[in-house]
Amino acid sequence: MANAKGGPAERRTSDRDAFARRVVGRPHRKVDAVAKVLGSTRFADDLALPRMLYTRLLRSPHPHARIVRIDTSRAAALAGVKAVLTGQDLPVAFGILPVSQDEHALAVDKVRYVGDPVAAVAATSEDIATAAVDLIDVEYELLTPITSLDDALRIHEPRIHDYAKHGNLQKVTDLEFGNVETGFAEADHIREDVFFYEGSTHLPMEQHAALAEWSPDGKLTVWASTQTPHYLHQRALARVLSVPASRIRVIACPNGGGFGGKSDPMNHEVVVAKLAMVTGRPVKITLTREEVFYCHRGRHPVLMWVKTGVKQDGAITAMHFKSLLDGGGYGSYGVASMYYTGALQTVTYQVPRYKFQGARAFTNKAPCGPKRGHGTPQPRFALEVQLDKIAEDLKLDPAEMRLRHIVPPQTLTANFLRVGSVGLGACIRKVVDGSGWTTKFRQLPHGRGVGLACSSYICGAGVPIYWNDMPQSGVQLKLDRGGGVTVFCGSTDIGQGSDDVLATIAAEMLGVDLPDVHVVTADTSLTPVDLGSYSSRVTLMTGNALVQAAERAREIVATYAAAKLEVPPHRLVFAGRRVFDGGNSERGVTFVEAVQLAEAAHGTVVTVGSYRTPTAAGRYRGAGVGPSPAYSYSTAVAEVDVDPDTGIVRVERIWIAHDVGQCINPVSVMGQVEGSVYMGLGEAVMEEMPYRDNRNLMHKIPSMLEYKSPTTLEMCDVVTYLVEDPDPNGPFGAKEVGQGPLLPVPPAVANAVYDAVGVRIDEVPITPEKVLRALKDKTKGGVPRFGPTRFPEVPWPEPIRVPPPWEGGDGSALGDAGRQRATAGEQPRTRRSDARQPAAAGRASPVSDREDST
Amino acid sequence: MLRLPPFTYLQPTTLKQALRMKSDAGPDGMYVAGGTDLYPNMKRRHQEPKVVVALGRVRGLRSIRADGPTGRRARDRSNRPTAQPPNRLVLGAMTTLTELAAHPHVNARYPVVARAAELISTPLLRNMGTLGGNLCLDTRCNYYNQSYEWRKAIHFCMKKDGDVCWVAPSSPRCWAVNSSDLAPVMVALDAQLVLAGPKGERVVPAGRFYNNDGINYLTKQLDEMLTEVRLPDPDGWDATYHKLRRRGAFDFPVLGVAVWVRWDGARVADARIVLGAVASLPQEVPEAARAIVGTDLSIEAVEASALAAFKPSKPMDNTDFGLSWRKEMTRQFVKRALLELRERRPS
Repeated sequence: MANAKGGPAERRTSDRDAFARRVVGRPHRKVDAVAKVLGSTRFADDLALPRMLYTRLLRSPHPHARIVRIDTSRAAALAGVKAVLTGQDLPVAFGILPVSQDEHALAVDKVRYVGDPVAAVAATSEDIATAAVDLIDVEYELLTPITSLDDALRIHEPRIHDYAKHGNLQKVTDLEFGNVETGFAEADHIREDVFFYEGSTHLPMEQHAALAEWSPDGKLTVWASTQTPHYLHQRALARVLSVPASRIRVIACPNGGGFGGKSDPMNHEVVVAKLAMVTGRPVKITLTREEVFYCHRGRHPVLMWVKTGVKQDGAITAMHFKSLLDGGGYGSYGVASMYYTGALQTVTYQVPRYKFQGARAFTNKAPCGPKRGHGTPQPRFALEVQLDKIAEDLKLDPAEMRLRHIVPPQTLTANFLRVGSVGLGACIRKVVDGSGWTTKFRQLPHGRGVGLACSSYICGAGVPIYWNDMPQSGVQLKLDRGGGVTVFCGSTDIGQGSDDVLATIAAEMLGVDLPDVHVVTADTSLTPVDLGSYSSRVTLMTGNALVQAAERAREIVATYAAAKLEVPPHRLVFAGRRVFDGGNSERGVTFVEAVQLAEAAHGTVVTVGSYRTPTAAGRYRGAGVGPSPAYSYSTAVAEVDVDPDTGIVRVERIWIAHDVGQCINPVSVMGQVEGSVYMGLGEAVMEEMPYRDNRNLMHKIPSMLEYKSPTTLEMCDVVTYLVEDPDPNGPFGAKEVGQGPLLPVPPAVANAVYDAVGVRIDEVPITPEKVLRALKDKTKGGVPRFGPTRFPEVPWPEPIRVPPPWEGGDGSALGDAGRQRATAGEQPRTRRSDARQPAAAGRASPVSDREDST
Repeated sequence: MLRLPPFTYLQPTTLKQALRMKSDAGPDGMYVAGGTDLYPNMKRRHQEPKVVVALGRVRGLRSIRADGPTGRRARDRSNRPTAQPPNRLVLGAMTTLTELAAHPHVNARYPVVARAAELISTPLLRNMGTLGGNLCLDTRCNYYNQSYEWRKAIHFCMKKDGDVCWVAPSSPRCWAVNSSDLAPVMVALDAQLVLAGPKGERVVPAGRFYNNDGINYLTKQLDEMLTEVRLPDPDGWDATYHKLRRRGAFDFPVLGVAVWVRWDGARVADARIVLGAVASLPQEVPEAARAIVGTDLSIEAVEASALAAFKPSKPMDNTDFGLSWRKEMTRQFVKRALLELRERRPS
């Protein structure tokens, strides 16, 4: 794959210290790469303890049923079976969001999808556990299954969950930022379109696994392939097991990929913990691939309706967006997912008036949740395809039109998102130039086409999942008298490179080499809390926490080194494993000496750092989703080949530019961009979670063979441009890259298909069947389009009206209905001033003036 | 993880031993060649042999050799002429798909065979999978190739543990799909399959090796073993195979098109067109062949043949992709296969 990294010309700031950096921003091998390649990384399934038992779960064969009776006696009697659990043994509900505590480790009274766990067996071998599970007799009373969004709207009873707001609608919202009708009245052109984005699953290479040990002194340790050890620790285990959090230790093993699929506390993790407590022996579970499909928490299928008004030049006057999410059987992150389908429409192009109506339905399918891009690829698809249509209607070049209306840096949007650096313009120009857009768009022969789309993503959710006033990320830093540096942080490496980010920043700031840095992460007993590897928050938040800890460590070391060297501490530079006078590099000591001087005079050199997000500007109900310390930007151009006889779409190449603020490790950044393109490509052309609605609502194809995800042969060439527009809130200016680059891929492909053969496929995946049908309709003189045609009636609530900033709004809703309120049972977070933010690196750093370092 | 059930594993070294072991095991016994089909099926409990007779060590089954006029198999049961050209190849059933795809003689004389073998699954699985295994591949279905728990949740299907064919619930028979890539090619080539049994050897044309029944999909007797495949004289004909699937690797065909034509100058003297993956057997479509016999593969003849193949192509809703699109693709793929042969038409 061709790569072209944006050179210094792309850097908005030509700050001298950027070139003085020795580690940050320089490509290097990820610190955990060799172990991965050699197979020595220990994933959760690699762990084994003496006397370990194995667990299998009995899962529901019914999509919706009441449990009448469970008889486990035959299973319990099988030789080798040590314990059998049912829902009665774990009656406390849990769930990732405070508003949807709707899960049980094992179903208590009813089952809500095929695959919902009902009972668990611990046995001396996996074979025995498997045999025992088949001996458990369960009597079910079948309930009407809710198979689809239409069902969920139409069938109010039976309810899948009693707490749902309207029958089987879990949550509905209506947010108005300014009067969109006024905006539509000002428009020269208005479009209404309906789109559908199919659900898909994460398909990580590693299947979920967990191991639990209950020590004789009453302490519980759980090793798991989880992205969020902190939430597993406090939101599930402590709560459900009634064991104080202080006696539970959760260790997240390196994840063999997560993509959001391991960010909920999972029922099997609670089950093995309980079984360890019951049996007094270590208990392990490794899910089968089929079971991973049932855990799911993947991309929500979303039906969307968009109405956008524009001026002749494409300037948006108003946008009205409706989304309806098929959530599956449980809440998961779903309420947040729903809000995310309406949150980020405003951060790419200026939207002066905006209305969002969103609803999430329960259906009897595997629960949906966060998948890479969490709730934003769906609306981004709708928005970017609609803009392509608008550009055509207005006879404008879609790239030019977008360029004209980009949100300026340091903007407060209509829905009160505070945007910092915006590298979107540079992204558009990069891919337009690189792809030869102006010579290709609307000019390639029939069957070939190019399409363009942009996007933006958050760099960490600005608000934690449960309201609290504590930092979102903490780091503890220990300087060893041998010259080693150890970073302790709760962050979890899921393959995205978070361990490498910590090592890189520590090496940079303390002037040591990467191998001198030890990274200890994701252990709730050893490491300060980091909320987890989700929402693209880790580089920014742990990075800032580490910057603070490292600054404090440097201050201690510099104080005593300065005394010895007889230079002012602020002149000291940490580089090349030395601490020396920035004005005279000869005058210095080795880093080891410097640490020893500090340890002798000061005592053990350990510092801490922590990070809190800036206070969100919005104060209306629903304002918790969307705010972020910074926003990344991406633009993609896809070139496709469409076979008009078969409808088969081949994506030949994607040019993608991503504004990452500042690379910490460009190799990792590049890998994340390419990985995102790969995942986006799968969603664009083939992936889906299909259910047999006439046959027990089974997942049709829960296997890696039949769930079609691209192979290397389907992967397109990728040309990556990294744009570095540093954000003041990011460590060294860094923004996210793990999720954002996925977003422009599906709409770019859809727009390219239109350019190639003149049919609009307004839903993903863009399969050959759909393309061929649209082509046939076109030939017959019908509408050259495939996609949904209507958005159903939804019982929307009274709108929450929030005047946008330019209409004098202060972020609050008008009237009482929309005032932000604390979730029942949770304390509201008190507001703070931004003055408590740690200084961002590269700005107020005491050693940033080391231009003369080697 | 999915685990294999317990079973007895036997490793005979001679054909005779293998036949006896299989015969001793009765209906509970199965042969295994590469294991790429059987073992996953056993993990999901839809094939449950108690005794598995592994053929990997049986001498003489893994070979690619020329069958000349002095060869001991100069006369076969169908009493064909004994004088055979020396360049005819005989393929041992245990030949791996990788070997088949890479073999210089196969590539030189029977490129269609090498091509079909190369289109199967992935390099890793082709290293294990064999010619015989692919020809005897268990029929496949989205209701059948599922775990025990999944199948239990739909009360199983008639192919294993149940009564109903969920693809066509009123049907008295199973509609699982023949998903072999080599089977349609061998039928199109009229390859001769050698079956060894307790009473000796018999030879059947590939076209008579398959039944249109998802359960009893082979005409082979329970105690017979496919030992080798005799390919026809490579002169005077051309053939090709086109495969439709979602991805360029891993996937079984959702449509296979094998076309064989015998040339008489620039005219088609004889032809066979065989569809894979649309029925429980490789489906020969004689009406499509008739449409090109006697023609010089004119565009009109090609279109007529493609239409004739399209009509009887009746895929069911039990593989990847929608059935109507798959049916429609029959026409496109037959057309493309014929156009490829037209490109190579002798002048």
